[in-house]
Amino acid sequence: MTSTAKTKKLIVYVRLKDGVLDPQGVTIQKALGQMGYPDFVSVRSGKFFELEIDADAPDIDRQVNEVCAKLLANPVIERFSVEKG
Amino acid sequence: MKFGVVTFPGSNGDYDSYAAVRFAMKEKVEFLWHKSEDLQGCDAVILPGGFAHGDYLRAGAIARFSPIMKQVIKFARSGGIVIGFCNGFQVLTESGLLPGALLRNNHLRFNSKFIYIRVERTDTPFTRVCRKGEVLRIPIAHGEGNYYNFDDDVRKLEENGQVLFRYVDASGKASTEANPNGSVDNIAGIISAEGNVLGMMPHPERAVEDIIGSSDGLKVFESVLNYCTSPKTVGRL
Repeated sequence: MTSTAKTKKLIVYVRLKDGVLDPQGVTIQKALGQMGYPDFVSVRSGKFFELEIDADAPDIDRQVNEVCAKLLANPVIERFSVEKG
Repeated sequence: MKFGVVTFPGSNGDYDSYAAVRFAMKEKVEFLWHKSEDLQGCDAVILPGGFAHGDYLRAGAIARFSPIMKQVIKFARSGGIVIGFCNGFQVLTESGLLPGALLRNNHLRFNSKFIYIRVERTDTPFTRVCRKGEVLRIPIAHGEGNYYNFDDDVRKLEENGQVLFRYVDASGKASTEANPNGSVDNIAGIISAEGNVLGMMPHPERAVEDIIGSSDGLKVFESVLNYCTSPKTVGRL
């Protein structure tokens, strides 16, 4: 963001819903065991996004929830949470 | 009849689908660019395999917002025949035209090989020239084909007869060994509740001549042709 306008930072976390198989997490967990860290009994992978939005934008909460539900997360398999950066 | 094949940036099965219709079926076919909003009067629309928009974010997640998809969704909602092969299946689930989602293969490997699928129903526009229980030899080529849905939704799919193709062994038996990606219930392809939208991970368009290993995939195209040109069934399923 190069503009001088004031912006607000938002961090979006996208995680697989409980019960949805995460083959990447399982593979990482197995690798940890092989590396000599057998105490990590579970690994779940996910994504996070840093969004910057015009601080004067209307309905910021609504807008960010919409883009999460429509694009950043697939509500069939994933859930999201938003943190103010 | 006329087929339409959508090309997204990153599609790589569009020419396979085009060639299957034009050269193997000897029917009319048009490419439909993702930025267009015109289905050009096609009777059936194919969303091809590939990596639309690089599969960024999630496979199919960006493609579903293409201008052409607005028309494809409208066409599907009005009963039009829409078929998604591989990446096209992912676009259909992301669009909400088909239920569920496609996860990474359970073994994390990209799989490119011939497999067997069993035809579970023959009273659909996509399988009407098949025999019930017929086993088709068709290739797959995907890293994210692990069909997933919640238990209740899978049960609903099974009860409604929406599971059209299942991964099986050569003898037609569904088993864990015959399942190339971990899909729940060995699901390889499903149809919408209304029956006019098909999504499948295998590539029938790559099995249309014996010289390339199999011509079993032709049956899907022949079924659609039969359906779309049979006056008795036009307009209803």
